[in-house]
Amino acid sequence: MPTNGVPTRLTQGSGTRGGIGESTLRPDGTLKVTGEFAYSSDMWHEDMLWGHILRSTFAHAEILSIDTGEALATPGVYAVLTYDDLPTDVRHYGLEIRDTPVLAHGKVRHHGEPVAIVAADHPETARRAAAKIKVDYRELPVVTDEATATAPGAVLVHENRDDGHAGHVPHPNIVHRQPIVRGDVGEARRRADVIVEGEYTFGMQDQAFLGPESGLAVPEEDGGVHLYIATQWLHSDLRQIAPVLGLPEDRVRMTLAGVGGAFGGREDLSMQIHACLLALRTGKPVKIVYNRFESFFGHVHRHPARLRYEHGATADGRLTHVRCRIVLDGGAYASASPAVVGNAASLGIGPYVVDDVDIEAVALYTNNPPCGAMRGFGAVQACFAYEAQMDRLAARLGMDPVEFRQLNAMEQGTLLPTGQRVDSPAPVAELLRRVKAMPMPPERQWESSEGADVRQLPGGLSNTTHGEGVVRGVGYAVGIKNVGFSEGFDDYSTARVRMEVVGGEPVATVHTAMAEVGQGGITVHAQIARTELGVARVTIHPADTRVGSAGSTSASRQTYVTGGAVRNACELVRERVLELGRRRFGSYHPAWATAELLLEDGKVVTDGGEVLAGLADVLGEEAVEVEEEWRHRPTEPFDPRTGQGNGHVQYSFAAHRAVVEVDTELGLVKVVELACAQDVGKALNPLSVIGQIQGGTTQGLGMAVMEEILVDSGTAKVRNPSFTDYLIPTILDTPTIPVDLLELADDHAPYGLRGVGEAPTLSSTPAVLAAIRDATGLALDRTPVRPEHLTGTG
Amino acid sequence: MRIDFTVNGRRQEADDVWEGESLLYVLRERLGLPGSKNACEQGECGSCTVRLDGVPVCACLVAAGQVQGRDVVTVEGLADFARQRSRGTGARGTSLDEAQEWQAHGSDSRTGEGGGLSPVQQAFIDAGAVQCGFCTPGLLVAADEMLERNPDPDDADIREALSGNLCRCTGYEKIMDAVRLAAARRSEGV
Repeated sequence: MPTNGVPTRLTQGSGTRGGIGESTLRPDGTLKVTGEFAYSSDMWHEDMLWGHILRSTFAHAEILSIDTGEALATPGVYAVLTYDDLPTDVRHYGLEIRDTPVLAHGKVRHHGEPVAIVAADHPETARRAAAKIKVDYRELPVVTDEATATAPGAVLVHENRDDGHAGHVPHPNIVHRQPIVRGDVGEARRRADVIVEGEYTFGMQDQAFLGPESGLAVPEEDGGVHLYIATQWLHSDLRQIAPVLGLPEDRVRMTLAGVGGAFGGREDLSMQIHACLLALRTGKPVKIVYNRFESFFGHVHRHPARLRYEHGATADGRLTHVRCRIVLDGGAYASASPAVVGNAASLGIGPYVVDDVDIEAVALYTNNPPCGAMRGFGAVQACFAYEAQMDRLAARLGMDPVEFRQLNAMEQGTLLPTGQRVDSPAPVAELLRRVKAMPMPPERQWESSEGADVRQLPGGLSNTTHGEGVVRGVGYAVGIKNVGFSEGFDDYSTARVRMEVVGGEPVATVHTAMAEVGQGGITVHAQIARTELGVARVTIHPADTRVGSAGSTSASRQTYVTGGAVRNACELVRERVLELGRRRFGSYHPAWATAELLLEDGKVVTDGGEVLAGLADVLGEEAVEVEEEWRHRPTEPFDPRTGQGNGHVQYSFAAHRAVVEVDTELGLVKVVELACAQDVGKALNPLSVIGQIQGGTTQGLGMAVMEEILVDSGTAKVRNPSFTDYLIPTILDTPTIPVDLLELADDHAPYGLRGVGEAPTLSSTPAVLAAIRDATGLALDRTPVRPEHLTGTG
Repeated sequence: MRIDFTVNGRRQEADDVWEGESLLYVLRERLGLPGSKNACEQGECGSCTVRLDGVPVCACLVAAGQVQGRDVVTVEGLADFARQRSRGTGARGTSLDEAQEWQAHGSDSRTGEGGGLSPVQQAFIDAGAVQCGFCTPGLLVAADEMLERNPDPDDADIREALSGNLCRCTGYEKIMDAVRLAAARRSEGV
C-alpha cells in the first residue's frame, strides 16, 4: 500500500486516452445541447393520459368525506382514485419509516398532501376534474416547532408509532434523537478562559432542481408496469412501489429517464406510485408532470433548524469543549430525518479537535412540510452555527479567525466526537491556508472612466447606489461532510461490464443502475473503463432495474461506490480477457506467463511496454461479461446513548473565502467573490469536479442571502411556492468562484478519490455570513440574511 | 382552434388546440419538440426561451393563439439557424433539400463531440457548462441571441443578458466560460 496522502498507483497505467484524470466531455452533452435528450417530462406515448394530484388545502385536518362523483362524470376523465381504491393493504411508503400514505387516509398532516388522483386525456381536463372533487375537512390544531410539538397535551402527528426509533425518543413528536458524549465537559469547561454561547436559526431551503417531478407509467401485457422516471435511486423506488401495487418486483420495470437535477429532492417518492396506479387502473400509459407550484409541495426540503452552541477556549486559543443542541424540523413525515440527525450530531462540532463534547440532535414531527435529504444532509445546518461560533471565539480571543481555526484544525489521526479515528488525510489547515492565499478581487471594481457601473454594485441595475454606503467584508469558513451512507448501512453498488469486438474494435459496455442526475457519473464510468480495459470505445447502457442496485446518487457517494463497482467489474473482465489471451497466445511468448500484463490502447502489453496481442484478436468472437456487487468498508451504528461508533466511511473537506460588498443603508448584499479550496483525493475528471464545487458553492450562497421557504406559523401553510417568491441565485447574483483543488489520496477509496459534491455547500453559507458580519459589525444569527436584518427594520 | 406557424423554418399546423394552451405546450406535446423546457411555466426560469420573430421570449408565457402566422426558433433549430446566419442567407430556417438530408447527430463517446452544432452549442459542451442540462436549451437560445447583437461582450454584458435564465447545477461559472469561448472562437474565425 502506498503512504496515505500520496496518489495511488493505478492498477492499470493511464496510457489509454480518455481515462481517469482527464477532463473528458460528457457522453450526453450533444443530446443535451440539441434538445434531443429525453427528460422524464419529455416522455410521450401514443394514447397516453395525463395524471393530476389533488392536494390538501390545510396543513392538519380530518377528512370527513370525499365526493369524486362530479370529477368522474367529467368528459375526458378516465379514473379518479382515493385511499379507498388502493389495491393492497400496503398503503404507506417511506425511505426508512413507512409513515407516508400513498393517498391521505382520514387525515392530512401537511399542506399539499396528496388526497386523490385523476387521469384524463388532457392535463387541463385532469386539473379541472381534480378541482371538482369535494373534500370535507375539519381543521385540527397544528404543531409547528419544538415548543408546540412537545407541549403537554400536544397533538400527536403520528399516533401509535412502532418504528425503530419510537422506543428511544423522549416524545412521540420526536422522530429520532442522537446524543454524542465524550470526555468530561464539566471539567473541560473549568479550563476555559473564554466561553461563547450562541443560538442560531437556519431557514428551510428547497433543492429547486429545474426538471420538475415527472414520469410515464406504461401498463404491460403481463399485468405489470414499466415506469420511466427521474429519481436518485431506482431500486429504492422499486422496493417502495411494488408492494403498494401488489406486484412482485420483477413486474415493476424501471428505466431512468433524463433527470433535471436532484440535490436530494428525488430520494423520496413523488408521483411514482400515483402514475403506476392510474396506468394499471385505466390500462393506458399515464404521464404526470408537476408544475413548479406543485413541485414545492411534491418533494421534501432541507430541514430548518434551531441550534444552540457553547464553545470554550483557553487564552492561547485552544478549544476546551463544545456543547450543542440541534433541533431539526422534520415536518409531517420521517423521510430521511433519522439519518440527517445522525449526521448533524456526529459532524456537529466541525473539523476541529475537541476532546470534551456534549452533543444532542433531534428531528421533530410537526405539521410543517416534510423535510429530508438535501445536498449536505444535516452537516450544513451545523456548519453554519459552529463556524459563526469560531468567529466569535476568535474575536473574543483577539485572534485572526483563520489562524484560530488552523490552530484547532483536525488532521489525520484526530478522534471524532464519536470516537472514530480519521484515518485518511484531513488537510483542514492547509485548505484554509490555500483559500486565504488566493489573490483578492480588486477594491471598488464598479468604478470606471464613465462613472459607476451599477451592475457591479449591490442593488445592480436598480441603480440604488454609486458606491455611497457600500462597505466590503471578508469571511472564511471550513466544513466536514461524510461521504457515503453511514451508521452500518450496507452501502453497496453493482456494475455489469461487457467487453467484445464490434466492427473490428474492442468495445466495453458499462451497465449500472446509477442515476445520472447531471453530476457526470456516466462520464467517469467511461473513463474508468478506458483506464482499466485499455479500450477507446465505451458504451454506457441506460440505467434500469435489469441490473443490480447502484445505491443512491446522494451522500457524494456515486464516484466512490458505483465508480468502485465499475472498476472492480473491469478488473474481473480484464483477468478473464488475459486468461483468454494466455489460452490462445500463451505458447507464442513467455511473457504471457511471467510478466505483469496491462490492457492499453486496445492491446495486451507487458509492464515493460512490449505488445503481446491486440485485444480484438484475443477476444475474437467471444464476449466477456461480469456483473458484481462492490462494497466499501463496513460502518457501525452510533450508540443510542453515547453516540460512540465507527459510523462513517470517508470525509470531504472544503474551505471558502467570501468577499462581499454591502449597501449598509439599504441592506443589499453583493457577493463579489466566493473562493473555494477543496481536497478531492483524486480528481477523476477535473472539469466535472470543479463544476460540482462551483454548483455546490452557489447553493450555499443562495442559502446565505435569499433562499427560504416561508411557512405561516399559525396555519403551517407554505407562503411562497414559486420561483417568483422563492429566489435562487441568478447569474447576476453569483460571483466568480475560483477553485483550488488539492489531491491527497485516501488509500481506502478507489484511485484515492474523495466524494466531492456536498462539502462546498457546507462552508459557502457561513463564509458569506462571516463576510457580511465583517462588513456590518452585526451579529446575524440566522440565515438567510434579508435586507431588514441589516438595516434593523425587520 | 387551429394554429399555423413556422418552427425552425418549417410550416407547422396544430389542430384542436385548447385556447388556454401555451406555445410551450404546443411545441412539446403537439409538435414533438420537447427541447424547450418546462421548469417553472411562469416566466421565471428562462428554460423555455425561444425566438419569436427573432425576439427571445419565454414560450410558457406566450398563448398558442398568439403565434399564428409567426416565426419560432427553438433549440432544435438553433444549429441550422446559426448556419444560415453565418452564410448570410438570413434566418430562414432549413431548406427542403437540407431537411431531407437531416440525420441525428451522433456523438463520440470519448470526447462527446458531435457534428453540426452551432458555435454556442459546441462551446457549452467544451467548457463543461452542461450538467443536468435542463436549463441548457433556454440558455443556448438566449446566449446565441446575445452574441448576435453583441459579438464581443464583456462579463457584465453576459451576466445581464443571461439573468433571466436560472441554472441550479453549475454556479454559472462554466456558462460564463462557454459564452466567452463562443465569442472568442467567433472573433478568431474558428
